[in-house]
Amino acid sequence: MVSRADRTAFAEWWWTVDRFLLVGFIALMVGGVVLSLAGSPAVAERLGYDSYHFVNRHLAFFLPAMAVMLATSFLTPRQARRAAFVVLVISLVLMLAVLLVGIENNGSRRWINILGLSLQPSEFMKPAFVVIVAWLFAENKRRPDIPGNLFALILLGIAVALLIAEPDFGQTMLIAVAWGALFFMAGVPWIWIAGLGALGIGGMFAAYSMLPHVAARVDRFLSPESGDTFQVDTAMEAILSGGWLGQGPGEGTVKRILPDAHTDFIFAVAAEEFGIVICVGLVALIMLIVLRGLSDAIRKDDPFARLASAGLIVLFGVQSVINLAVNLSLMPAKGMTLPFISYGGSSMIAVAFGMGLLLALTRRSAEARPVRPRMPGRMRESAA
Amino acid sequence: MTGIDLTAMPSEAARKESAAEKAVHRPRVPKRARQEGRDSMRPRIRLAMIVFTLAFVAIIGRLVSLGLTDPTTGRSSVNPNDAIATGRPDLVDRNGEVLAADIRTSSVYGEPRNIIDPDEAAEAIGTVLPGLDVAALRKRLTGNAGFVWIKREITPKQREKIHSLGIPGIGFLTENRRFYTAGATAAHVLGLVNVDNQGIAGIEKYVDDRWLADLHAAGFARGEELDPVQLSIDIDVQHILHDELAQAMDRYDAIAASGIILDAHTGEVMALASLPDFDPNNPVDANKPDRLNRITAGVYELGSIFKSFTFAMALDSGAVTMNDRIDASHALRVGRFTINDFHGKHRVLTVPEVFIYSSNIGSARMALKVGKEGQQAYLRKFGFFDKVDTDLPELAPPMLPKRWSDLTTMTVAFGHGIAVTPLQVAVADAALVNGGMMIPPTFLKRSRAEADKLATRMVSEETSRHMRDLFTLNVEKGSGRRAAVPGYNVGGKTGTAEKAVAGGYSANKRLNSFLAAFPMDDPQYVVLVVLDEPKRENESSGTTAGWNAAPTVQAVIRRSAALLGVKPRTIQDGVVLVSN
Repeated sequence: MVSRADRTAFAEWWWTVDRFLLVGFIALMVGGVVLSLAGSPAVAERLGYDSYHFVNRHLAFFLPAMAVMLATSFLTPRQARRAAFVVLVISLVLMLAVLLVGIENNGSRRWINILGLSLQPSEFMKPAFVVIVAWLFAENKRRPDIPGNLFALILLGIAVALLIAEPDFGQTMLIAVAWGALFFMAGVPWIWIAGLGALGIGGMFAAYSMLPHVAARVDRFLSPESGDTFQVDTAMEAILSGGWLGQGPGEGTVKRILPDAHTDFIFAVAAEEFGIVICVGLVALIMLIVLRGLSDAIRKDDPFARLASAGLIVLFGVQSVINLAVNLSLMPAKGMTLPFISYGGSSMIAVAFGMGLLLALTRRSAEARPVRPRMPGRMRESAA
Repeated sequence: MTGIDLTAMPSEAARKESAAEKAVHRPRVPKRARQEGRDSMRPRIRLAMIVFTLAFVAIIGRLVSLGLTDPTTGRSSVNPNDAIATGRPDLVDRNGEVLAADIRTSSVYGEPRNIIDPDEAAEAIGTVLPGLDVAALRKRLTGNAGFVWIKREITPKQREKIHSLGIPGIGFLTENRRFYTAGATAAHVLGLVNVDNQGIAGIEKYVDDRWLADLHAAGFARGEELDPVQLSIDIDVQHILHDELAQAMDRYDAIAASGIILDAHTGEVMALASLPDFDPNNPVDANKPDRLNRITAGVYELGSIFKSFTFAMALDSGAVTMNDRIDASHALRVGRFTINDFHGKHRVLTVPEVFIYSSNIGSARMALKVGKEGQQAYLRKFGFFDKVDTDLPELAPPMLPKRWSDLTTMTVAFGHGIAVTPLQVAVADAALVNGGMMIPPTFLKRSRAEADKLATRMVSEETSRHMRDLFTLNVEKGSGRRAAVPGYNVGGKTGTAEKAVAGGYSANKRLNSFLAAFPMDDPQYVVLVVLDEPKRENESSGTTAGWNAAPTVQAVIRRSAALLGVKPRTIQDGVVLVSN
């Protein structure tokens, strides 16, 4: 296809990018389109749209998302960081704007209307936030005179405050977990981790005791008879009705009454129509992507690239795990999409952007690594 | 890996690495820092890998365990068969006439989880079942329920139409609907069922309580034939009683009329009616308070007919003989109360005279001769202290005086101060006339042999014979003359009780009754009729029981005696002959 000797930008990219991750992401995006055909027509009909309303929109976002991911993956780490910084600033400003002029939906303001497109700025904030926080931690290591850790903490505070104001408990938790993971992976002492862990648990208790809808959701999960567990129950019923091999494409019936069949509960629809075997394959693919991303991160020598790529894949992994766990009734309902699979324009473009950054940061040639001088040295040591 | 290490690093590292740095153009990452990063960051990323691996394995494990779960266990579905109304046995009268039977009808139900378009389904069904609230139906058909009734008991034509609409998730069940052939005629005996065909009153409830409910719970009695339950009722006699009571209610403008015909030798209830009643096929009125079964579930101070029992205990205990004379020349004063006679003769009366003139004074004096304790013992023996033991579930316990003083003894002697059910009176009266044997009443068919096994002696044969004479005399010469049926030798006692109202007894509201038995030479049946607040039929007629309750009994006996198998007698020279 492309010669390794070729020195064009594309050839450079092709030979350095992690093609396993690239193919994995594209597979997930294509899978998302297929599952959209299964999950969304019933919802579209129920909401009074044309049957393929959500399928068409999903397809309309598919190519831009692909383009964003590929374009982003061409960036150098430095460019990636700058792109992340710009996106972070813009999304934080938009999140502030959301609180003032946002579209209210189900009691929360998360969307903003820009040029006829409704946008969820918090989705774009997440990957950018992770990259910048990773940079701040890495920078703190490199130049302790700059209080990078403090800046990272302040940034977390701003992001969390804006998310709670919306309110969006799921994203808040996700951001906090991603930040905590970065903090943990940055190599801070265990005592700090213990302290922050305690703080996090305290925060969750505070959320439980002070925010009624959070308490209601947790209560509902802990004792199903106490409240409305319709979505979770229906999702479970869909999965059970699918069985090992599924009802067959288009044959699902439980999906028809699942309100969020095309977004948060797409996985349950997949289980009903395509069966648990296919679902296990899907989970395995996501798992391999996450592990591959983390092992790519370990191989990076540059602390920023290492931390940032680890953070991005952790973000992807945690969001996937939470969505899957909710679908399988292992966790209280959270309102979190399955990356690349669930319907949602902002979510898809933002995930594509984040994974583009990941591809960019994990490219092998992206850092000038002194491979040759070190390898023989090591071999000598081991031989001796 | 402490804070001190971190701060100490740069200067020291920078010195050591300065040469190498220029040579290879590597980024400005101090070696110690990198070392440190490798030492702390990489194991922690590996730890993250382990955590993620565990999380994903847990998710896959959950998926596999769900794959192994039986899909039906997760469903909160209702088995539509469970909702089928349960089958019931036919109820037949003593001659095998069907009184109540199941009829198969269709009911239409929906399974909302399988209904694709509830709007369309509700609209379409609404066109076939015009009485249905389409908006409410749409609401019920929307959602995730496994089973909802749309309409119970639809016609075959409606079923056909809904079937041809071809809506998925709509189905039919064959249900049993109870049908009562005689309508309201035997309503209080048969009782009724609810929409699920479960007995909720009368013999229907008795059947459920006794065994049918258990059978249903065990999953039997669905569709297959059950042996019919044979009642003691004769529907033809029942119809006569019901009809005569309805006529009496109309003629005397009474607020209620009730009656019972009891087999004196077996305790079988041949007919029982209580008006106003209800149609068990459409029991919209069944729960109104005035629709109660007055014979078994109402208690009344029945007045003079109770004197029969005072006489029985006085004669049976030997306190009084038929030849005694009782002073009824002046009113009895007890404390601030005065007992007086309604048809006062103001002289000394013979015992039969006390009976046929229905003397309160005489009865009270006789009760005093029996004594307080003796009276209570006899009343207990006659069954007035307890609830009747019978099959019908609607049974009221008697209301007894709280304190039993001498005054109580005297008022109870003529039927005031004690409230009992008419059924109790009829049952005790059967014993007075049948030779003294008390037989618990039943609404189910019973043979003479079975009844004899249950019978217990209440009074002596001799007392019973005296009582038969007194009853006969009362119809021949006393207050019960209008109950006489030629050839049937009716005997009985009237009762005209002033109804108890707040603070005392009402002068113009009466509860009139006639307690009869026939034929008096060998009584087969006891007939009791109670009229509540009857009025004068016309200007020349009276208001006492002899004017209304007695003629009603007469009409009932006249019309039903032949059906009950009693042959008319002719009397020649004082000898009773049975005509063939």
